[in-house]
Amino acid sequence: MLSRIAESLYWIGRYVERAEDTARILDVHLHRMLQDPWTDEEQACRSLLSVMGLPVSEDGASLPGVVERLGLDLGSTSSVLGALAAARENARGARETVSAEMWECLNTTWLGLARARRRIEEGGVHAFFQWVRERCSVLAGLADATMSRDEGWLFLVLGRSVERVDMTARLLSTHSRAGGSIPSWLTLLRSCGAWETYLRTYRGSLSDRHAAEFLLLDRLFPRSVLAALATAESCLAELEPAGGTTRSGRVGVGTDAQRILGRARTDLAYRSSDELLTDLGTVLARLERTCSQVNDAVSARYFRQTAAVAWQAGAVE
Amino acid sequence: MADLFEDYPLGPGWDEMFGTPGMPRSTYEALHATLRPLAGGELRLRADVLARAFLDQGITFALKGVERPFPLDIVPRIIAAEQWRQVETGVAQRVRALEAFLADVYGEGHALADGIVPRRIIVTSAHFHREAAGIVPPNGVRVHVAGVDLIRDEAGEFRVLEDNVRTPSGVSYVMENRRAMAHVLPEVFTATRVRPVDSYPGMLLQALRAAAPAGVDDPTVVVLTPGVHNSAYFEHALLAREMGVELVEGRDLVCAGNEVSMRTTAGEQRVDVIYRRIDDEFLDPVHFRADSMLGVAGLLNAARAGKVTIANAVGNGVADDKLLYTYVPDLIRYYLGEEPLLPNVETYRLDDPDVRTYVLSRIDELVLKPVDGSGGAGIVIGSQATAEQLEHVRQRIMLDPRGWIAQREVKLSMVPTLIEDRLRPRHVDLRPFAVNDGRQVRVLPGGLTRVALPEGALVVNSSQGGGSKDTWVLPEAGSTEEIWSEPETVSAVPSPRRPDPGPGQSGNQQQQQQQQARSAGRAAAC
Repeated sequence: MLSRIAESLYWIGRYVERAEDTARILDVHLHRMLQDPWTDEEQACRSLLSVMGLPVSEDGASLPGVVERLGLDLGSTSSVLGALAAARENARGARETVSAEMWECLNTTWLGLARARRRIEEGGVHAFFQWVRERCSVLAGLADATMSRDEGWLFLVLGRSVERVDMTARLLSTHSRAGGSIPSWLTLLRSCGAWETYLRTYRGSLSDRHAAEFLLLDRLFPRSVLAALATAESCLAELEPAGGTTRSGRVGVGTDAQRILGRARTDLAYRSSDELLTDLGTVLARLERTCSQVNDAVSARYFRQTAAVAWQAGAVE
Repeated sequence: MADLFEDYPLGPGWDEMFGTPGMPRSTYEALHATLRPLAGGELRLRADVLARAFLDQGITFALKGVERPFPLDIVPRIIAAEQWRQVETGVAQRVRALEAFLADVYGEGHALADGIVPRRIIVTSAHFHREAAGIVPPNGVRVHVAGVDLIRDEAGEFRVLEDNVRTPSGVSYVMENRRAMAHVLPEVFTATRVRPVDSYPGMLLQALRAAAPAGVDDPTVVVLTPGVHNSAYFEHALLAREMGVELVEGRDLVCAGNEVSMRTTAGEQRVDVIYRRIDDEFLDPVHFRADSMLGVAGLLNAARAGKVTIANAVGNGVADDKLLYTYVPDLIRYYLGEEPLLPNVETYRLDDPDVRTYVLSRIDELVLKPVDGSGGAGIVIGSQATAEQLEHVRQRIMLDPRGWIAQREVKLSMVPTLIEDRLRPRHVDLRPFAVNDGRQVRVLPGGLTRVALPEGALVVNSSQGGGSKDTWVLPEAGSTEEIWSEPETVSAVPSPRRPDPGPGQSGNQQQQQQQQARSAGRAAAC
């Protein structure tokens, strides 16, 4: 597969996941802020922006400001609209590889972005975020149903999984930064669409410890950090022909990306829950670092493995 | 019931549907009968669905970086079997002659020595590339794909308007138009049998594989595109997808030791045939524009070394030159020993002083075209131009007679076209697509019919705000082979499906649950 196309698919995976997760996070947080009379709106908005990696400007820390910057800013790939537009742009450049149905889904979603503001004015932000979630789900479903499980698929799922680790870690950070009051664990679980599953798993017992455990370590819930790390790892394992670069596959793992991911996963898996909670801040910060390192390692190995040849006029005469 | 064709006027030029008002030609009878009962509003509604589908699927062309849908008119254009036979053989004949001419120009130059075409026309052509001399294509083919623009004149006769043997575009719309029309107007297809057009990617791939360098058994074919901002990017992606080959950009390719490779996740992989959709000037910064970001340095040397095939070949533009066009009938006689099956439009060469004087004296009746313009750019239609425009073009012709030709103004034929919710005659042309695999030249039954949407407009080019029509070629009487594929024999009859109630959800049980709830409710209410 062409490196450029692999890179596009990886980024389609990342951007669509980012759009969906951002929409989920915003939706639940805005909802909580409106309902909770004790929220310090400015403080909550600042915390949300900084966790999502955006600088907080003086006037930005208000509800409309947050919706604008995390929801509607077409110029930033950190916003829902910006991420969806970027996903479509990547698909446009990889149009012969993504299935026609996936392309059409991304394209109609992109055409629908022009109506985003009107949708919010008419139906409120919740209706808009719901639309975004649905579009992302349609895309995931079409990818699932129409893509063959070749390299292209692996890169798409790899991108999605890396982004998911990153976003779930950021989501958990919103909790730890706000000192545990707002947003509550209930909010976080709802953001991930994990509320009902969580209740069934822990029989209704709601505690910090269980909720953190669930979102970080649950092996069966697909949005948990551990599950996403494991998915990413298995994608990389499939991308490497048996054993990779190590001697007949007998020693260690093949690539940097696999090493980084494996270390992060075992670091989580073999910690006790108590330790996790006490160290939550450090654990989350490390996860965010992991994601950016994996991203670099994957790029270096698959997307830019041939040094660019720059043509200089006059070099050959 | 309102008749859709009730107040349809006949315009200037040959009307393809009507010979006399209200009387459709036999080719169009079935279409006419199916469309007539539809009220204009209903047809408009379907046309809107059509437009929406194109937009959703991103079937667009980019103009100045902005993606625009390519408007598809809902009334198809129909070509009868015998007319098509003339088009098909005429186009193939032209392609064969142009192949011979290109081989000659970049080879021994017999036609020039024999005075069939003046040598100065070749050497002054902007598209004659000495760099291409000596590159011998593996199977002798330089024109892998040709798009020959035809019009029908006032008498309904097909004439050649120009040849495109560089990178003719539009075939993707031929395929997409058909797909969309079948969705929106299924009943019209039921009434008329139409020859299918979806064989094109297979035809093209076969020709590209046949052109692979000698000794390559299973060639790797790629489509080379300038990128997403090119006006025909949609087409490049569609062709790559439907041929199942990679769509590459210049930056995906690397040339080393005269071999061309593409950068893949598993390292560099050799490329044998490049169906390029990049102009010559941008193809290889070593030989052409050094500032090109789109091409691949060293590509031309690799082709010269016979390590890679570039399709269409570099330097084909010399056969597209509008001044050369005037010599094509002579070239057909010279190389093939045949009479041209499709006539040219009457054309004047302005480098002859007497002809020039004559043309300048009648400049307000003729059409003036720059010889290397494309996309309808720079064309001046004498009868529609202002005195100022005519004076301007007169001066430009005086300065550079080689740069212009003049043609009789042909009133292109017209086909009913949906404007708002009424049918109106609009001028059309036709671009059939021919593919040469080295053994035969095949012409896709159909082609791109472009329609000039503004009333009276004679320039149908898509970059001039034109639209297109689905083009139907009717099958020869009694021929079935292309229309119907062999039905597959069904060995086992599938067993009929029984309704599956699902676990614990039998209708009975559900009913009981409901009754239970009702009686419980009553009991509680009591």
